[in-house]
Amino acid sequence: MNKEERLKRRSKIRNFSIIAHIDHGKSTLADRILEQTSALTQREMKDQMLDAMDLERERGITIKLNAVQLTYKAKDGEEYIFHLIDTPGHVDFTYEVSRSLAACEGALLIVDAAQGIEAQTLANVYLALDNDLEILPVVNKIDLPSAEPERVKQEVEDIIGLDTSDAVLASAKNGIGIEEILEQVVEKVPAPSGDPEGPLKALIFDSLYDPYRGVIVYIRIIEGTIKPGEKIRMMATGKEFEVIEAGVFTPKPVKRDELTVGDVGFLTASIKNVGDSRVGDTITSVNNPASEALAGYRKMNPMVFCGLYPVDTNDYNDLRDALEKLELNDASLQYEPETSQALGFGFRCGFLGLLHMEIIQERIEREFNIDLITTAPSVIYRVTLTNGEEERIDNPSKMPDAQQIEFVEEPYVKASVMVPNDYVGAVMEICQKKRGNYLDMKYLDANRVTITYEIPLSEIVYDFFDQLKSSTKGYASFDYELIGYKQSKLVKMDILLNAEKVDALSVIVHRDFAYDRGKVIVDKLKELIPRQQFEVPVQASIGQKIIARSTIKAIRKNVLAKCYGGDISRKRKLLEKQKEGKKRMKSVGNVEVPQEAFMAVLRMDESK
Amino acid sequence: MALPKAVYVHIPFCEQICHYCDFNKVYLKGQPIEEYVKACEKEMKEAVSQFPYDHIETVYIGGGTPSSLSSQQLEPLLDSINQVFSLQKPREYTFEINPGNISDEKLSLLKSAGVNRLSIGAQAFQEDLLKKIGRAHDEKDIYRTIESARRMGFENISIDLMFGLPGQSVANFIESIEKSLELEIPHFSAYSLKVEEKTVFHQLQRKGKLPLPPEDDEVAMYDVLINMLTEQNYHHYEISNFSKNGYESLHNLTYWNNEEYYGIGAGAHGYVSGQRYANVGPIKKYINNVHSQGRPLLESHVVSTAEKMEEEMFLGLRKLEGVSISQFQNRFNKDPFEIFGNNIKRLKSEGLLKVEDDRISLTKNGLFVANEVFEKFLL
Repeated sequence: MNKEERLKRRSKIRNFSIIAHIDHGKSTLADRILEQTSALTQREMKDQMLDAMDLERERGITIKLNAVQLTYKAKDGEEYIFHLIDTPGHVDFTYEVSRSLAACEGALLIVDAAQGIEAQTLANVYLALDNDLEILPVVNKIDLPSAEPERVKQEVEDIIGLDTSDAVLASAKNGIGIEEILEQVVEKVPAPSGDPEGPLKALIFDSLYDPYRGVIVYIRIIEGTIKPGEKIRMMATGKEFEVIEAGVFTPKPVKRDELTVGDVGFLTASIKNVGDSRVGDTITSVNNPASEALAGYRKMNPMVFCGLYPVDTNDYNDLRDALEKLELNDASLQYEPETSQALGFGFRCGFLGLLHMEIIQERIEREFNIDLITTAPSVIYRVTLTNGEEERIDNPSKMPDAQQIEFVEEPYVKASVMVPNDYVGAVMEICQKKRGNYLDMKYLDANRVTITYEIPLSEIVYDFFDQLKSSTKGYASFDYELIGYKQSKLVKMDILLNAEKVDALSVIVHRDFAYDRGKVIVDKLKELIPRQQFEVPVQASIGQKIIARSTIKAIRKNVLAKCYGGDISRKRKLLEKQKEGKKRMKSVGNVEVPQEAFMAVLRMDESK
Repeated sequence: MALPKAVYVHIPFCEQICHYCDFNKVYLKGQPIEEYVKACEKEMKEAVSQFPYDHIETVYIGGGTPSSLSSQQLEPLLDSINQVFSLQKPREYTFEINPGNISDEKLSLLKSAGVNRLSIGAQAFQEDLLKKIGRAHDEKDIYRTIESARRMGFENISIDLMFGLPGQSVANFIESIEKSLELEIPHFSAYSLKVEEKTVFHQLQRKGKLPLPPEDDEVAMYDVLINMLTEQNYHHYEISNFSKNGYESLHNLTYWNNEEYYGIGAGAHGYVSGQRYANVGPIKKYINNVHSQGRPLLESHVVSTAEKMEEEMFLGLRKLEGVSISQFQNRFNKDPFEIFGNNIKRLKSEGLLKVEDDRISLTKNGLFVANEVFEKFLL
């Protein structure tokens, strides 16, 4: 293509993504759009094409981003090239979302006509506003009997401040309003800008490891043109590669001779490690390099750590293999071997956040068929000893004795909570309770407020998000960034089952909160650990001092009375089921402890 | 392995479906009962021709509600059982009846067919409780039925009781035990309610509308049951069964002794020639399959040696006398301690199991948590 052709093509490109809360119909709408733009034939059409992995489909969240090129013949008679970029939807992946939004010029905001706006949506709308995207509101599910499109439109105006006079009323399920949405994309979403002959700047918004082709890098071309054979450089890591393939997804990957301004597609370049193609990094050309990278790159470091242990100790090697495989695809996953007295051999793993942790855990269980025990998440503490040495502790059970400790520092984050102003009081109350230091509050408009606090990361990891959601009816959204370490009055709290210390249950807590949290933990464990054949005391201690206690009563009756007319196989099945249930438990001392119990120190409702 | 000496025949018809029952059963009206009885006969013949017997010692006709069949329907069934299994005064021939729906005519028919034991589903003696669990009879029906059974010459009578029922108190249950004892019958079975899927109770439980007694009450009920019956010289010979000496259920001991038996009828289970099998459940399917295939199997499974050893333990331990070590050795050429040693040791130390002379058995504490013990005998 010559420059003129490239510019003409540029004017026909529309890049957009879909912002929606789980269940508000994003995948269904994406399917309808794929159908109406003849991206694929009916036969190729797998329901909810964009959510590729089973896990995503089941949890209703999209983990890996996807980008599809579509052609749309608009009412003006012209043919347009659409790139539909899918985004994950959770705060752990805020950064990924922001980078995929940065690859777009517009976004469809899907709001459920019956349920209205939810926090997740709000967070992503703000990210879209940050990226200066044209936002097209769509009120979906208008066919529901409980639909209240006018109320929902008003809500969008009140809460976000968007003009909804042109909002499309749609039902993705029934194909209502789809064409109108596509026409609005043509009319309202700006075509890309950027010089197709300038020095190459391509934004990496995702990458995927393929065992045959190496890393597949998902890119949006902001400036310049990229072709197979060209030498490229990753501007943040400095790594250089030669482009082997470039292409687009339709949604099948299709090779192209070049990708140019506005294009969204992929490249491969024999990249062995996803860590070499980091999300947010800028790809430039070695021969004609850009003078500066695109703004917004951030190296993602794990912030949350936990122990992963196989329930069956024989699965240790399989677990290591699983982690190795997952790491190929996930630059932010870290792990190293560790051992626990209670749980045996396992790994200490680092994650971006809690959801990331849960996803990895679930993928290991599902895709690799390994039953796991996950310990409560921890952050990295900096401990200065009386002898002046400094230790970094990412596992509470490794905390040195109190006598050896001079002081302990913990990571703090700057947490920005965006919320409609009715909930300011509720948010501040939670932040105070979570040991937050108030920084400031800004009114974004008449309704929207951003409240900023410094909060220990460990409190965020604990249950901050759950509490925030429940006390703001889901309207609050938040983002956080690490700001450094601060000294805190922290102590290690141990948990004893049947008078035996269980290292995997140790947690680090603030001294002033230790009694309350100890009580909550022992009560929760009492609830989660099934009755055993003997009475089991559950205790929380700091040093030698017991600070909370509860008792799991002994099981009193478990007997299959009936004869079942000689149906022995049924008896057998019942016993096998019972045994299977225990297999998923870990025997600690003499006590059978279910997997969930190790997370119990995290998941709890303190208000109870 | 010895040839089967026991026959179970399943009659899956009921005039009323109890709220707790998840056995294979259907509402009686409009069912092809005559065809069903014919199919049973055909199945018996087929089973016997594939797996012969030498001598049948016990027969058990259970359900469902076998007594819901009319005399005309029962007669050919009883005849064919007699004929196919060449019954000559079997040691025990049990027929299950519900209080209330048994006439003298039916009883005399049973008597002449060789039935010598009646198992009566009394369950409880409180009208409101009986109603709540979906039983059709009342307290008087229980007395009336036992009275006519005795008059017709049946003295080996067993009644079933249930505990842990919704709304049942410990005092209620004691009253049922007292009333049962007054009947001076030689055998009792007492089952604690287990809420099974696909029952009315399960539905209620899901909706939070099944007020089951607390676990401690259930424990108290079982405890009081054992104490009251043993005090009256009933032999507690199996977890849920009590009898005067010599009146232990020989047929049910077949199961607990891990011996073979024919299972005949829709949804019936059997164990012949080292294979455990289950028949198809739906009545029409059962009848069709008997005619097209001879044996209406849903599934069958050759029991491995390991499974046999497991079953020897978890079935045998249901008996208070427990498992015979020497019999285990004879059957498997192995010592039970060689296979299950660690768990036996652990259960012993937990006070749930005892080893005395040739016997491994549950302790009194073990009875209450028998499933926890049995589970340890799955390899």
